Amino acid sequence: MGRMNGLVLSLGALGFGILYLPIIVMIIYSFNAGKLVSVWSGASLKWYASLLENDQLLSAFGTSLLIAIWAATIATVFGICIAIAFVRFGNFRSRLALSAIASAPLVMPEIVTGLSMLLLFISMESLFGWPAGRGVDTIIIAHATFGMCFAAVVVQARLRDFDMAIEEAAADLGATQPFIFLSITLPVIAPAVVAAWLLAFTLSFDDLVIASFVSGPGSSTLPILVFSKVRLGVTPEINALATVMILVVAVAVIGASWVLRRRLAARSPD
Amino acid sequence: MAPFIRLKFVSKSFADVVAVDNLSLDIEKGELFCLLGASGCGKSTLLRLLAGFESPTKGTIEIDGHDMAGVAPADRPVNFMFQNYALFPHMSVAGNVGYGLRRAGVRGDALDERVNALLKLVRLQNLGSRKPHQLSGGQRQRVALARALARRPKLLLLDEPLAALDKKLREDTQFELVDIQEKLDTTFIVVTHDQEEAMTLAGRIGIMDAGQLVQVDEPRKLYERPKNSFVADFLGTISFVDGVVGQRDKTGIALDGDLKIRAITNLDLAVGKAVRLAIRPEKICLSRTASTAPNQIEVVVEDLAYLGFATNYRVKTPSGQMFKLQQQQRRSNETPLSWGETGYVHFDPQDVIVLED
Repeated sequence: MGRMNGLVLSLGALGFGILYLPIIVMIIYSFNAGKLVSVWSGASLKWYASLLENDQLLSAFGTSLLIAIWAATIATVFGICIAIAFVRFGNFRSRLALSAIASAPLVMPEIVTGLSMLLLFISMESLFGWPAGRGVDTIIIAHATFGMCFAAVVVQARLRDFDMAIEEAAADLGATQPFIFLSITLPVIAPAVVAAWLLAFTLSFDDLVIASFVSGPGSSTLPILVFSKVRLGVTPEINALATVMILVVAVAVIGASWVLRRRLAARSPD
Repeated sequence: MAPFIRLKFVSKSFADVVAVDNLSLDIEKGELFCLLGASGCGKSTLLRLLAGFESPTKGTIEIDGHDMAGVAPADRPVNFMFQNYALFPHMSVAGNVGYGLRRAGVRGDALDERVNALLKLVRLQNLGSRKPHQLSGGQRQRVALARALARRPKLLLLDEPLAALDKKLREDTQFELVDIQEKLDTTFIVVTHDQEEAMTLAGRIGIMDAGQLVQVDEPRKLYERPKNSFVADFLGTISFVDGVVGQRDKTGIALDGDLKIRAITNLDLAVGKAVRLAIRPEKICLSRTASTAPNQIEVVVEDLAYLGFATNYRVKTPSGQMFKLQQQQRRSNETPLSWGETGYVHFDPQDVIVLED
């Protein structure tokens, strides 16, 4: 037993080490005073300061944030619709086809998704003149498209556990269908909806491949900018930026899981 | 006057499964009616048909003189109490109870007043701000009841209202439910699979099997005068004796063969007709010695179970007929019979049930 525990512990440590050591190293080097990424020459916050003065980075950060928020919101709304169709409407015609379509982007190589999106936008533009060129809106559409599949999966899991009797109870007490959805269904599945939104948000926020296909001039997202900068050599500024991104994502994810856990604990009987 | 609820030839099928089969039933206003049956007998479907969650494949349902075809659950003078209560988990107790009232346009002080009155009715005055998960099973059950009563339904449907409670709590709650029903004079229809619950609660019980009502009667009649073996067997314990009518007179019959059991009946049974008799265990007396009592049969004790207040016996006649009987524990100088001992059973011809099937 003791030996087993030791083995489990060291394997666990190895796993966590592989996952987190590079990130920890990167965070440490973001406080490096020197210009070289891999040579330590004293602690400093100067790269964080230069980050704040880098308008190009800041505007890319803003673009990414804007895209992620819109894409996540659209993806969540459509994801809820897909989940409801699958869970509630039983075995409707073309259910299999729809579920295949809805889950395809989960396994599709991003490069294929990105390319096909680009071709779609180009042919749409030549057919009805919209979207005019590529930019923030095309990235939002592309991100919402693959994000909604992930959102649908998350919401579906929750909807399956949903006790239909509580909707019937609401109907029995005089509520109409739209009101039941808003007052009963949505609040009960809210944790899953929040989780779906956060998932779609992070997927959009760190997507590079699809965004580089469907972005246009002036719509560089943060990952695109970082990637293009890295090709010219990694500066400690990038380390600082990555650290800030990790902080933002960590705060969001930890906060969300804390909220979810509290609500789930409150939900479970006795 | 037409009855309050009238079901006429109602059928409901799901795909190729017939849940309710050509069923007719009248229920009067103010009744506490129990639908009793094993799971899958169609009782819950019948309740859902009344609530409007399902619509009948055939037949009509009238409530308070109105045909309910095409009437949505919300528009029926009916409320439903769900088996697992189906409380809204994200709302407080007061929010749950007030949900239906708010839908009916009750707001402000009037709403608070109604909600408080309902909480008082179910003795949950101080728990209005709690969430369902902070309540015990019994409290949740009472919230569900208050919520279902909030819109002052003319008919309340209760699906296994006590099934989720433990035995002790269930007994107390049964009487409470009857009290509330009497106080409000609302018609209650309760679905249950628990015969004791049905007997305690109901004024009348409808026993269901395979989508049909087998017998509808008062609890005492169902128990003492079941129409057929299904009802006899379903309610309580019973011993069946199959035989042929050997003698017929004005007041009853007697069996042919080695068990010449006599039974009082006014059923029209000719000599030579096959018949099934049934006797309840508590109607059978067991003693060591023979007497001159009617329907006396020599038996051997096969099995016994000591329950404290009584002892359950299974005894066998020389010809192999089994009887289940219950002897009350009373002071007696006769030592009780034990395994393998021979004794005599006897029972009153009046207590022998002649079944119609």
